Amino acid sequence: MPLRLAAKDAALAAFVALVLAIPLIGFTTHETGSGTIVETRFRWVAIAVAVVFAGRLAWAFVPWRARRSSAPRLVQHRKLNTKYLGWLALAGAILWPFLPFASNYLIFLATTVLIYIMLGWGLNVVVGLAGLLNLGYAAFYAVGAYTLALAGQYWGIGFWEALPLCGVMAAIVGVLLALPVLRLRGDYLAIVTLGFGEIIRIVLINWQSFTGGPNGVNDLPLPTFFGMPFSARAPGGGKTFAQFFGLHFSPLANATERLIFIYYSILAVALLTNLLVLRLRRLPIGRAWEALREDEIASRALGINPINVKLSAFAIGALLAGFAGAFFGAHQSFVSPESFNFQESATVLAIVVLGGMGSQLGVVLAAIILVTLPEFGREFAQFRMLLFGASMVAIMVWRPRGLLSLRTPSIRLPEAPREAAP
Amino acid sequence: MSEAPLLGVEQLTMRFGGLLAVDALSFAVAAHDITAIIGPNGAGKTTVFNCLTGFYRPSAGSLALNRSGKLMRLERMEGWRIARDAGVARTFQNIRLFAGMSVLENLIIAQHNALSRASFYTIGGLFGSRAYRAAEAAALEKARYWLERVGLAASADLAASTLPYGAQRRLEIARAMCTDPALLCLDEPAAGLNPHESAELNHLLLSIRERHGVGVLLIEHDMNVVMGISDHIIVLDYGRKIADGAPAAVRRDPAVIKAYLGEEEEA
Amino acid sequence: MSYFLQQLINGLTLGAIYGLIAIGYTMVYGIVGMINFAHGEIYMIGAFVSLITYFVLGVAGVTWVPLALALVLLSAMGFTAFYGWTVERVAYRPLRGSFRLAPLISAIGMSIFLQNYVQLVQGAQVKSMPPVIDGGFHLMETNGFVVQLSYLQIMIMLTTVALMAGFSIMIAATPLGRAQRACEQDMTMAALLGINVDRTISTTFVIGAILAAVAGMMVTLYYGVIDFFIGFLAGMKAFTAAVLGGIGSLPGAMLGGLLIGLIEAFWAGYFNAAYKDVAVFGILILVLIVRPSGLLGRPEVEKV
Repeated sequence: MPLRLAAKDAALAAFVALVLAIPLIGFTTHETGSGTIVETRFRWVAIAVAVVFAGRLAWAFVPWRARRSSAPRLVQHRKLNTKYLGWLALAGAILWPFLPFASNYLIFLATTVLIYIMLGWGLNVVVGLAGLLNLGYAAFYAVGAYTLALAGQYWGIGFWEALPLCGVMAAIVGVLLALPVLRLRGDYLAIVTLGFGEIIRIVLINWQSFTGGPNGVNDLPLPTFFGMPFSARAPGGGKTFAQFFGLHFSPLANATERLIFIYYSILAVALLTNLLVLRLRRLPIGRAWEALREDEIASRALGINPINVKLSAFAIGALLAGFAGAFFGAHQSFVSPESFNFQESATVLAIVVLGGMGSQLGVVLAAIILVTLPEFGREFAQFRMLLFGASMVAIMVWRPRGLLSLRTPSIRLPEAPREAAP
Repeated sequence: MSEAPLLGVEQLTMRFGGLLAVDALSFAVAAHDITAIIGPNGAGKTTVFNCLTGFYRPSAGSLALNRSGKLMRLERMEGWRIARDAGVARTFQNIRLFAGMSVLENLIIAQHNALSRASFYTIGGLFGSRAYRAAEAAALEKARYWLERVGLAASADLAASTLPYGAQRRLEIARAMCTDPALLCLDEPAAGLNPHESAELNHLLLSIRERHGVGVLLIEHDMNVVMGISDHIIVLDYGRKIADGAPAAVRRDPAVIKAYLGEEEEA
Repeated sequence: MSYFLQQLINGLTLGAIYGLIAIGYTMVYGIVGMINFAHGEIYMIGAFVSLITYFVLGVAGVTWVPLALALVLLSAMGFTAFYGWTVERVAYRPLRGSFRLAPLISAIGMSIFLQNYVQLVQGAQVKSMPPVIDGGFHLMETNGFVVQLSYLQIMIMLTTVALMAGFSIMIAATPLGRAQRACEQDMTMAALLGINVDRTISTTFVIGAILAAVAGMMVTLYYGVIDFFIGFLAGMKAFTAAVLGGIGSLPGAMLGGLLIGLIEAFWAGYFNAAYKDVAVFGILILVLIVRPSGLLGRPEVEKV
């Protein structure tokens, strides 16, 4: 593109940026004891305009223009580097707590990452594989966490006993919520799921007698090592983890051991759910999800019942969210309704979208970036959701199928049996 | 006709608000015939298909399908049930393949219901049951058979959207056949094909009729295809049937000529 | 009786505001068939621009109320229009013709972006404004409960009616309105007939943004407090209103808005205020299940 044209284009963009920046960047108000004062920040306006101008100019010259490929690409053999990346990530995950620089803080962080990975993989089934936009995923997450909390509180059952219950409860809620609305088309379904998410959150806040309301629930049951808790004393006179292994008990060491155990627990469960999803993808149900996403009308014309297919996607997605919710509860030792708002749903959606809908590894990478970004400083924390919102738009415009969206077929023809020569 | 018709359409009517798209249409499709529905654009042909395959609920009339002695009333069934239980498969005017999936996957998905049953609602499949593995192998064999029939064996693992146009049309037909239908409905299968490809299509449809005993109902504008292979032609104009019979008779029918070419007769 | 009347007045005022926002949703859906998820944030931006303009005018010495309000209105409409235009240009136009989830995801991303943008540049705290228009009528009094109809409420309702009337005339009688209706029916054909489809779509977004800006300004004056999060809730409710009234129908949007406003006011007044949002979401789900075309809309036929 000739320089003059690009410059004119950039100038126009800069002008728009100027108009947009003036009211909200150029001015702001502060409320002080003596009234509201107005602060001007024209320097920031100038910077914003300059950035937009330079950015737009650069964009015109960089060779990689928005090549939106409408045809999705299918890979014959998984690219070697993504395969190695997957194994590398797995090795890293297994070794993480024992690496030289590991600390309690880093293990805690990694556990958070794993929770989001599990959430991402669950939502991936619904959005990435089945193509159903669910904007209220946090609701199922909440059901899982609260099931653990309330089961512990009212029935006194332990973590591992409650875990399947958390998944099943979430799946039931998922099916119940999905049943009435499955016939809706994509965007309406999305808004309705958003509404459900909000309804669940409001109910959790207001049903104080049952859920504890905004104060949440404390003292969730924590994972035990085959029934042996990570604490100073075991209830009912059993052995604690430390006692069993003949370790000296100190609160600090115990906390670390528990942390590490939770980390490996969730790693194991996450890997199991990953295997489950990969296997499902190669079964009729998984192919039906993808067929539904590609073309619902053609799927119906082939005799596939869209209702059952959508229900199963919702149920599996909710199941995984329920498990993640249980781990979230154990991880924090505390649940409250505020952890399960639309922001949370949007975050998980961002992970799935950025990771390349349908790609397990992509979700892992996106979750790692999302969770660790705020750790690099307060500025990053503030910019995090801003960047994620902008990235979602950018990915849709540039690569609608996400960053790691190259799909491998779920089935191949076996070698044809060789005919014996007559 | 010695046997009962495969499909009996009685007084089919489809109204969209004030627009009468199909007006009291009645015709029959014999079990082993190739029946063509032709007519000028806007005559209501695809609407008839959509009623047959459950995408529209007819305003009035009945669609009776006779499959192995069982009579099914299509106008009361949901689209996917029509495909699964009545055995009515279709292709689309604008080709609806699963673009991002491979050619082979398209054919395997067509066999979803058989595989789903064999996997015992996925649970059997998860644990690698023998029944499921056998069913999957059978499905692959059927897919391979149809790939070879339509000449796409070499493209099994390519994304469906990367196939050339003619190949995509053939794939759609193969996919429909993988559902083991009783009635195959083709919506303009020859659209966009060159004469060589149209001849191949004729050959394919004739052999499908021969080897699989499937009734074929097609909407078509290409007269080489229509006249070449149809046993029975129905002509629609403005939603109404204006001719119904063997190709030779329909070709000479003055009402048909008038509908297509206007009042003046072409020499 | 007077309590009922008060809820009625409050509900109608709230409903007028929702209606203005709902029009934006319905117009965009009618013409491009997508839900502009970021529309709630446009309304929020309108509110912020109104508040900031008001204080800037105060510093600049403009204190005569009618002039200040007029300038605030113009400022809100102008700047918010730019935001609406930019959102369409950046997040939606490139995706026309893409796979069906893409515009929705892009819209969600835009919504997140705008919310956090305002939070970043204006702070997360609530911003308040002193009451500008005071006073009103005392209509009735029973048992010490006074039914009040404030000047501000009257202003809101009158402005809404005027804008509704104005835009209805515009849609029905002007070339722009005709172009819009043409694009709604068949975009390809409209383009072939020489209608600048891009410009028509942009204009639709701009109009929606302007109406949302007016709603934002009204809300700022009415409640006196705003924060970066008001767009989310108001957006959901306005969208519910658009669906209830019949998505794609302008009078439907207004009707839906009034109904939602009334339902919310009465629910909060007579039942449980804590669950009023649940009531509105419940209505959305109910409408979509039972009668997706809404009260005044036409049922959609699936194109095969």
